[in-house]
Amino acid sequence: MLKTIVEINERIQKGEAVVVTAEEVIDIAEKNGITRATQEIDVVTTATFGPMCSSGAYFNIGQAKPRIKFGGSTIYLNDVPAYAGWAAADLYLGATAIPDHDPRNKVYPGEFIYGGGHVIEDLLEGKDVRLVASAYGTDCYPKRKLETWVNLDDFNQAVLFNVRNASQNYNVAVNSSNRIIYTYMGMLKPNLGNATYSSAGQLSPLLNDPYYKTIGIGTRIFLGGGIGYVTWQGTQHNPDVLRSEDGVPRGCGGTLAVIGDLKQMSSRWLRGTSFLGYGCNMMVGIGIPIPILSEEMLRYTMVKDADIVAPVVDYSDAYPQRKSDILGEVSYAELKSGKIVLREKEVPTASLSSYYKAVEIAHTLKRWIQKGEFLLTEPVAPLPGIESGIILKPLEERPAGVSIAKNGSIYRRRE
Amino acid sequence: MAISIKVVLHFPRHLMNQPIIYHLARHYDVEFNILKASITPQEEGVLVMELKGEQKDYEGGIKYLTDSGVEVHPLSRNVARDEDKCTHCGVCVAVCPVGALILDPATRRVDFCESKCIACELCIKACPPRAMKVCL
Ligand code: SF4
Ligand code: SF4
Repeated sequence: MLKTIVEINERIQKGEAVVVTAEEVIDIAEKNGITRATQEIDVVTTATFGPMCSSGAYFNIGQAKPRIKFGGSTIYLNDVPAYAGWAAADLYLGATAIPDHDPRNKVYPGEFIYGGGHVIEDLLEGKDVRLVASAYGTDCYPKRKLETWVNLDDFNQAVLFNVRNASQNYNVAVNSSNRIIYTYMGMLKPNLGNATYSSAGQLSPLLNDPYYKTIGIGTRIFLGGGIGYVTWQGTQHNPDVLRSEDGVPRGCGGTLAVIGDLKQMSSRWLRGTSFLGYGCNMMVGIGIPIPILSEEMLRYTMVKDADIVAPVVDYSDAYPQRKSDILGEVSYAELKSGKIVLREKEVPTASLSSYYKAVEIAHTLKRWIQKGEFLLTEPVAPLPGIESGIILKPLEERPAGVSIAKNGSIYRRRE
Repeated sequence: MAISIKVVLHFPRHLMNQPIIYHLARHYDVEFNILKASITPQEEGVLVMELKGEQKDYEGGIKYLTDSGVEVHPLSRNVARDEDKCTHCGVCVAVCPVGALILDPATRRVDFCESKCIACELCIKACPPRAMKVCL
């Protein structure tokens, strides 16, 4: 029996759709059987809430009088540098940007108290932030210096646009060296003293749709508390990842680029973070509905923590040196138990992403759909799958100053 | 006048092998009770103790400790959690030496048990959204 998104949307509009979370579906399908569960369930909601570095927002601010051109100028929001290489009044603020005066890791480990993610959080809380721009001045844009308070309402557009979110799966981080290290996976104690991970596991969007059969370009999603859309494959999207028999990636795998109106969002679901010795970042909440169009889709959403494995990577050597060796694989059920066993040693685990918040998002999205406020979308185009032949390329560095063109000729670059 | 005060002592790594507490006991007329002791991943020592004695002996003892490079602050400094900021990720659970931050396995919520907290402040920099704060 096959269903269509149009039929499911009709049921949503009548308030008759059956919606369950990716956690709830496991028990229901095991109890009722796959055939019956597929007939009964229309939508499964998935979610994740975790640190996602490649996030940020772009803004358009109304023109000053006289006019100023941001393009080619320097621009700061609460001292955090924003990207200005656009038209006169547009700017992009990345979550990991930090003020020029931040001591970074000069006092090791640096604290990274305030960055782009924190500016976005402050804006969402209705606070004023200080915008400072220095431009070079042109005949049509004569103003050279702008210093003003702005808040979220002042922008014409404020749009969250994240180029890599919702990683399908992720590494488990450990440290086999004999000194403490500070990473984007948190503080790692020496001699495999702890392990950190960052995935919602059985609740995570792309783990419930491992081959990107329903999540595609144009998919409407929960983003930061508002409504957003999948715009593209995320950067480093890697359908070619090693997979288990059921298709579930055993490593990073696919990713999503997402977009949405920042003005609809809330600091409950977008949170600036500081990683000791590493830098600033932002936690992002994402929820994605999966239409149960067939038994196959239902089967994918039944994936559970015990069946999803992640590679254990040594962040004191293999990760920084880009070596492919891993210490083994562990399941999310093991990780969530609070300890895993590595090299015959019990290692305590901690999560960087919040499962608690992910559950809250899955339930919020479920309520939106049940109330008829959120309709599903047919993807405009699919995300690249295995058949696309996309692979993740490492960088092979070429000596600076010399470039070998594709046709083999060597030329010296102008310094 | 006899007083009794609870203090938290932070021993930097280079002081860890020094007989500081031994000297405190020998040369200052203060009675002390060790309530909690732990070593952080950075190999610093954290000691919570109750000190009893005459005001002047207590002050002398504290001066000796601070002069030796031990950081001393009263336990009355509280560590509290900003409930709106906490994302319940669980990073702090592995950091807290006394189990004051506990992950509920059923709900995956992180609960903060204030009565167990010894205000060692280790969770403060470890918490990504900086939800743990010292209140004076
Ligand atoms: S580390 Fe911070 S945000 Fe995470 S659970 Fe602990 S207090 Fe909450
Ligand atoms: S200050 Fe933080 S780490 Fe220290 S005991 Fe209290 S809760 Fe635990």
